[in-house]
Amino acid sequence: MWEYSDKVQEHFFNPKNAGVLDGANAVGEVGALSCGDALKLMLHIDPVTEIVLEAKFQTYGCGSSIASSSALTELVIGKTLEQARAVTNRDIADFLGGLPPEKMHCAVMGHEALQAAIANFRGEVWRPEHEEAALVCKCHGVDARAIERAIRDNGLSTVEQVGAFTMAGTGCTTCYEQIEDILLRVATEAAAASAASAAPQVAEIARPETVAAAPAPAPVAPRPGSLNLFSAAVRAASTAPAPAKPIVRPAAESSPLSPASPLPPPSAGMTNLKKIRLIEETIEDLRVYLRKDGGDCELIDVDGSNVLVSLTGACVGCQMASVTVSGIQERLMAKLGVPIRVIPVGRNAH
Amino acid sequence: MKAIYLDNNATTRTDPSVVDAMLPFFTEHFGNASSAHSFGAEVGTAVKAARQQLQQLLGATHDHEIIYTSGGTESDNAAILSALEALPDRNEIVTSKVEHPAILSLCEHLEKTGRAKVHFIGVDGSGQLDIEAYRAALSDKVAVVSLMWANNETGTIFPVEGLAELAKEHGALFHTDAVQAVGKTPISLKDSAIDMLSLSGHKLHGPKGIGALYVKKGARFKPLIRGGHQERARRGGTENVPAIIGLGKAAELALQHMAEEQGRVKELRDRLEKAVLQRVPNCIVNGDRHDRLPNTTNIAFEYVESEAILLHLNRGGVAASSGSACTSGSMEPSHVLKAMEIPEAALHGAVRFSFSRDNVSEDVDRVVEALPGIVEKLREMSPFWADAEKKTNDSKPVFA
Ligand SMILES: Cc1ncc(COP(=O)(O)O)c(C=O)c1O
Ligand code: FES
Repeated sequence: MWEYSDKVQEHFFNPKNAGVLDGANAVGEVGALSCGDALKLMLHIDPVTEIVLEAKFQTYGCGSSIASSSALTELVIGKTLEQARAVTNRDIADFLGGLPPEKMHCAVMGHEALQAAIANFRGEVWRPEHEEAALVCKCHGVDARAIERAIRDNGLSTVEQVGAFTMAGTGCTTCYEQIEDILLRVATEAAAASAASAAPQVAEIARPETVAAAPAPAPVAPRPGSLNLFSAAVRAASTAPAPAKPIVRPAAESSPLSPASPLPPPSAGMTNLKKIRLIEETIEDLRVYLRKDGGDCELIDVDGSNVLVSLTGACVGCQMASVTVSGIQERLMAKLGVPIRVIPVGRNAH
Repeated sequence: MKAIYLDNNATTRTDPSVVDAMLPFFTEHFGNASSAHSFGAEVGTAVKAARQQLQQLLGATHDHEIIYTSGGTESDNAAILSALEALPDRNEIVTSKVEHPAILSLCEHLEKTGRAKVHFIGVDGSGQLDIEAYRAALSDKVAVVSLMWANNETGTIFPVEGLAELAKEHGALFHTDAVQAVGKTPISLKDSAIDMLSLSGHKLHGPKGIGALYVKKGARFKPLIRGGHQERARRGGTENVPAIIGLGKAAELALQHMAEEQGRVKELRDRLEKAVLQRVPNCIVNGDRHDRLPNTTNIAFEYVESEAILLHLNRGGVAASSGSACTSGSMEPSHVLKAMEIPEAALHGAVRFSFSRDNVSEDVDRVVEALPGIVEKLREMSPFWADAEKKTNDSKPVFA
C-alpha cells in the first residue's frame, strides 16, 4: 500500500523541527482542514544577514506531508533567504529519496509554505499560482487541468495524442477512460462555445470512438516518437486557411491516425549544426524558468524536426507538463521558423 | 510481536479448514462437474453439497437460486445489468450514495453512456437511507433497486427487507449487495421480497475470487457471462470447483460461528470503541448506533489525518484501514463519510477497525494502548489542535 522510502518514513516517524517556533518572524500557512492537509511554516530569520536561523512546522496531513514539512525545515535552516527561496518541491522530494506521484502535492505544499513565509517576512502577501486539480494519471502524475490544457492548446482528439503530449495514459492505462471523459468534456464545451454552424463538426471530434473508428488505413496509434500526429497536423495546417496555431485541431475528415507522410525537410539554408545549437540555446533559456518551478528539461536528441526532450523534476509531476511541452515547441518554432515537434521522452524506462 | 489484523472488512484469513476442504479438489477430485463419467460425477455431487451449505447460510428456499460468480463485483454487475435487460420497458435504477464502487461506478457508467437514469439516494448522519427520497424515486420506470445490506466502511445496516417490499409495490426488481453482511448477521431470504443478493467468499473466511449471486426463483434473470450450460446457463464457464467447495465450507463455518460473531466479536468491537472514546478526546463514531454490523467500528479523530494514524499503527503491528483513498492530488475523503456529511475536522481522520472471529482480547488491548499516544502526537503537530475546542466523548457505552 505505501511506497514510502526509508527517508520518508524516518522524517514521518521522527520529524525534525516539529512544533511552534516562538519568536518566528516569518510565517507561511497553506492548506486547510477541508483539503485534508495544511502546513504552517515558522522561520526565524536574522534581519541583518537574512539567514534562516531556526525553522519549525506544524502540519496536518498524511505521512508524506509530515515528512515533507520536516524535510523542508532541514533544507532551509542555515540558508540565506535567497538560497531558501530557490528550494523547490523537487528538492524536497529528492531530499526524501522520492515521493510517490500521487503524493507530490505534499512537497508542493512545502514549497508554497516557504514562498508564503518569505513573502510574510518581506511584508507581502503570497498567493498560490495554481490550485490543485484532481490527479488523473497516477503513473505519470498528470492532473485533469494539465490534460485539459493540452487538449485545448493543441487541439487533441484522441487518448493517444494526449499521451504523446502529456504522457498521461501511457503507463498502466488505468486512466484511459478518464482521459476519454476529459476529451469529451473539452470537445463538448468547445462545441457549446463555438458558433452553431461549427457545432456538428466539433461534435464529430467529441467522440473519441468516432475518430478511432473513422476509416483510417492502417490505424497506427501515434506513440511518443512516431511522426503520425505531427504529420497529420501539418497536413491539416497546410490545407486549412491560415491557422494561427502551428498545430491545429485536425479537420474531422483527416483522421489523426492516418499514416505518416514524410515531413517537410527542416528549414533549408540552415545547417544541422546551427539548428541544433539554436535548439540548445533556446532550451537553455527556458530551463531557467522551469527550474524556478522545480522542474527541468534536457535536450536528448534532435531527429529531423523532432526534438526529444526529457522533462524532469516537477515538470513530470505537475500540471506544467503539457504547458512545458507546448511552450518549448512554440519557442523553438519561433526561433527556427520551421515546424518542430517536441516529444517528451523518459530518460529511463519506467 | 504478533501482527494484529483489524481489517477484516477488506478481506479475511481463509479458514484453515476451508483450505483443507479445497485441496483435494485440485488434485484427487479434479474432474469437470459437467462430465458424464465418474470423475465428473463425484465433483458434481460435491458442488451440490457446497451449494446447499450456502443455501442454508442465506436461508434460501432452493439451492439452485445460487449462481456462482467470481466475487462480489461480478455479482453486483450481473444483477444490475440483468435487470436492465430483463425489464426493457424500464430504464431507471435506484441506489444509494454510499454503495461500494462495484455498484456505484457501474451505475455512473450506465448513466454516462445513456443506458439508465440513476437515482442516487442520500443518507443521514448515521449513514441511514433517506427513506422519503427513496419512496419518491420509486416508480414503474424503475427496473432495479440496489441497496447494500451493510456498509463496508461504517457497518451501517439498511433495512433491506422493508426496502424490498417498497420496491415490489412498483414492480421493480430488488437487489442487495450483502457482501459485508453475509456471515456477520443472520439472513433469511425465504420469505423476503429480495430478488437478488450478492456475496463474496473472501469476506467470510473463504477463498478470494469466488462469490455468488442469489436469484430468487421466478425472478427474471439475464446472464452476464454466456457460454456453456453451467449454473443452469446463467453463468457460463467451467466452475471454479475448489473455490466453490471452499465457499461452501466457509458458509457452514459462518453459520456455526454466527452466535460468536454477534457475541464475542461484538464485545471486542464495543470494548475497543468504548476505550478509545474514553481515552481520546474529540472523536466521533461514524455509523448507525442501533443498526450496525457487530464487527465494525469507524472512528474519526478530529484534526488528524487518517493515513498518518494508520502508518503509526502499522509500525506498531496493527493493521486497520481508512475509508478515504488519500490517493488523488486533492486528498478525496471517503464518498461514504462525505454523503454522511461528517464534520470537516473529522472527515479526513476516519479509521476503520473491523474484527473477525480470528481476533482475541489482547488485540484490543494493544490498540487501546497505542492509539491515544499516536493521536496525541499527531495532534500536537497539527496547526489546528491548539485552538480547537476540546471535547470529551460520551464515555458511557455508546452502543448499549
Ligand atoms: C460492500 C462490498 N461490495 C462488493 C465488494 C467487492 O467484492 P469482491 O472483492 O469479491 O469483488 C466488496 C469488497 O471489497 C464490498 O465490501
Ligand atoms: S494512471 Fe495513467 S497510465 Fe497509469
